[in-house]
Amino acid sequence: MTPFLDALSLLLVYSAIAIYAAAFVAYTLHLARRASTPAVPVTARVPVTAGATRTTDPNLAGTPPTPAPDTTPAAAVPGGGRGAGKAARVGFALTVLGWVFHLAGVVLRGVAADRVPWANMFEFSLTGTALIIATFLAVSLRVRLAYLGSAVLGLTVLLLGVATVSFYVPVVPLMPALQSGWLVIHVLVALLATAFFGLAFLVSLTYLLTTRRRGRPSRLTRLRDSLPGPEDLDRLAYRLTIVGFILWTFTLIAGAIWAGRAWGRFWGWDVKEVWTFIIWVLYAGYLHATATRGWAGTRAAWLCIVGFAAVLFNFGVVNVFFTGLHSYSGL
Amino acid sequence: MRVSIRSEQAPQLPADHVDRPVDEPTNPRLSVSGWARWAWRQLTSMRTALVLLLLLAVAAIPGSLIPQRSSDPNGVIQFDKTNPGWMWAVDLLQLHDVFGSVWFSAIYLLLFASLIGCVIPRIRHHLTALLAPPPATPRNLSRLPAHTRRVLPDTPPGAVLDAAEKALRRQRYRTRRVRGDDGRDSVAAERGYLRETGNLLFHVALLAVLVVVGVGGGFRFTGQRVLVEGQTFASTRIAYDSFTAGRFITDTQIPTFSLTLDRFRVDYVLDNVNALGMPKTFDAQVTTTTGGTRQASSIRVNEPLSVAGTDIYLLGNGYAPTLTVRNPAGKIVFRDTVPFLPQDANLTSLGIVKVPDGLAEQVGLVGMLYPTRATTASGAFASSYPDLLDPVVTFNVYVGDLGLNTGVPVSVYALDTSTLTQIAGRGTPTPALQLVPGTPVPLPDGLGTIELGPIPRFASLEIAADPTQTPTLIAAVAAMAGLALSLFVPRRRLWVRTTTGRRGGTVLEVAGLARGDDPRLQPTVDTLATRLTPTPTPPRGGSDDPVP
Ligand code: HEM
Repeated sequence: MTPFLDALSLLLVYSAIAIYAAAFVAYTLHLARRASTPAVPVTARVPVTAGATRTTDPNLAGTPPTPAPDTTPAAAVPGGGRGAGKAARVGFALTVLGWVFHLAGVVLRGVAADRVPWANMFEFSLTGTALIIATFLAVSLRVRLAYLGSAVLGLTVLLLGVATVSFYVPVVPLMPALQSGWLVIHVLVALLATAFFGLAFLVSLTYLLTTRRRGRPSRLTRLRDSLPGPEDLDRLAYRLTIVGFILWTFTLIAGAIWAGRAWGRFWGWDVKEVWTFIIWVLYAGYLHATATRGWAGTRAAWLCIVGFAAVLFNFGVVNVFFTGLHSYSGL
Repeated sequence: MRVSIRSEQAPQLPADHVDRPVDEPTNPRLSVSGWARWAWRQLTSMRTALVLLLLLAVAAIPGSLIPQRSSDPNGVIQFDKTNPGWMWAVDLLQLHDVFGSVWFSAIYLLLFASLIGCVIPRIRHHLTALLAPPPATPRNLSRLPAHTRRVLPDTPPGAVLDAAEKALRRQRYRTRRVRGDDGRDSVAAERGYLRETGNLLFHVALLAVLVVVGVGGGFRFTGQRVLVEGQTFASTRIAYDSFTAGRFITDTQIPTFSLTLDRFRVDYVLDNVNALGMPKTFDAQVTTTTGGTRQASSIRVNEPLSVAGTDIYLLGNGYAPTLTVRNPAGKIVFRDTVPFLPQDANLTSLGIVKVPDGLAEQVGLVGMLYPTRATTASGAFASSYPDLLDPVVTFNVYVGDLGLNTGVPVSVYALDTSTLTQIAGRGTPTPALQLVPGTPVPLPDGLGTIELGPIPRFASLEIAADPTQTPTLIAAVAAMAGLALSLFVPRRRLWVRTTTGRRGGTVLEVAGLARGDDPRLQPTVDTLATRLTPTPTPPRGGSDDPVP
């Protein structure tokens, strides 16, 4: 039974990858369409986050009239540009569909293993990417994120590809060291934090793209002009990061408690512990940067990117190439 | 980037600073105290904290790349052996001890000094802010980040302000009525003091963690002990294989109890071809005796056992073959269970036997145990399964000075072969000894015989008492709670002002200012304005309208 479910799970994951790839194409088309529309003035852009600080008031005589909808491509549909909205909707629908397959694959893997499906590198990647997409979809419900779809789906397809090609291992039971309730909560929260950090990373990249000095008008500058303004991106990256940071703080504390139960000490500067600490300190630095003149904005965005690079390093390099007490890669 | 109260003042100061003149960076006078004050101000600035945080992150990296004495002693030995040319740098920079090194400590001590210097004035300001009424209404509300304006044709200004005050109070705003010098009346309101409280709680709790961990080390002790099935150990300082205790631990504080390892049970995976032979359960079944009461319990990897104020952890396990050495006359000169240290997942294990007395020469043996014998292509032995299906032990034999009488303590798990001569095993004409249970094998040169007996398992246990666990946990949880408050509680100031319109009626203005990121600011302002705008009541009909 187990090998059958395992194979079925893998099949579902392959299907999810294919659907995600299609969604990636749709979202990329969406970006291209956005870029094909002439630039619009900054003021006409619709903020990405709800409740930004508008001062226009329709009740007030003498206020400049709100620009007519047809001059504000960004306002028309998520995105703007001819067909851009449609491409974004197709991308969104495909992402949801892919995620259903993905989730089914994760669940079946858990059923096959008769435990939570996050106990080795393959399963970390599987569950982690499912959480990235889930977070993307959840945030999309509150904030317009179509411009990020291409990047999110691209990253997910890449990670899932690496996972299935390089990290795949057949289902095996838990080694005694992992048989603990803390596995369920500590690892799940760590993966969720990673999902939030990952989205914040992509938003920060977009931020850097939009704040680069403008060159001659080209498709790229037009694309840039169709993206949300830097303030909105900065704010979104911050809000994603604080959620990730709280979750990471919890991960760190829960990990220490677990280490105390399993090894008789909270903290021993094991390689994995060192990197968890480094990541935590980097993001604490990011939070201070956002509140420090001269560091807010571009430098903070860079810190957010460095932070996520450290997360990836902790996952992809430390797990595989370093020896320590946390040798659970299963490779 | 985010519009906030904070961004308008010295960055390290909280929102409550609005009412205080901003410290201008002044050129220090060249007095000692001037310099000191200047240095202190630099140290406690947010920018310094930020740089120190980043420095701390970078400083931790070598601790993950180079093996650390505390977490990976074998790696340290290996590293030193392969990089002799770098030893001077390693020693100079304490690279095997990064987290206790002078430079790492300097960074975090500076950071915490900065933190203290930063937090104390903030606590003072926050206490003042907690007691102070909301700040007066700014002259020009439309300049604030969130603002709205409505015209109420029929409502008198006073009634609007009363309603505003009531509504804000109900939403747990602190309010006050303000009469401006220009005669315009308004309500000032503030909420979310918990945001700064949480932030301060977080930073103070971090300090608490550091203090508890630092001071608490003096009250901690840990001891390791390897116990073979059937053996009993009574907890006294000398009974431990290794023992580390804090400064304030005296021998009398080591709890007395005894512990017998009755059986060490291992379950292997048998029903999954991909994990055949993987251990499913390690279960040390023990009997403890404390103050005359005996109790049978079990210790597992994630389930330590609490005995007499200590926690006992299962850290490792392996095999301890029983070995008997006889002299040529058949007299037993050595008989013991010798723990062999596992080298791989199939429990190929390495063990050392030292026979100092009773034979013609001192004899040292370096042995490998293969629990389930397999032969590799090159003819060498290997183990193909971790359980004892077909055990074999091989020995290289050395004679000479074992170095036991020099007074320097030597590890029982290592054999210094520099003063010994090898007489059997790889590199000598005599092949290594091969032992299977129950059959004595002659030692080379007619030294005697050696026999492999039963092979029990051993458990390697850690016995630890750490009174700092609970305080550390409390501080960590407080830090996290403070963090959540500080990141998610919105701190807002709202102002409601009414003026008489040019064409009569009341002009209502509502404006808001937030500390930090607050996506709900404008919606809050709009909602409040809408609440204060009476919905146009349908015109009353004639008196003939039936009123139910
Ligand atoms: C041990 C070193 C420190 C760590 C790990 C740390 C961590 C943090 C974190 C995670 C935050 C974000 C949560 C929040 O807004 O409350 C924060 C905020 C803050 N920290 Fe620290 N901090 C440290 C040292 C300092 C120091 C030395 C200062 C003073 C210069 C300081 C001043 C502040 C201020 C003013 C905020 C609020 C910023 C805002 O409202 O966004 N911190 N700190």
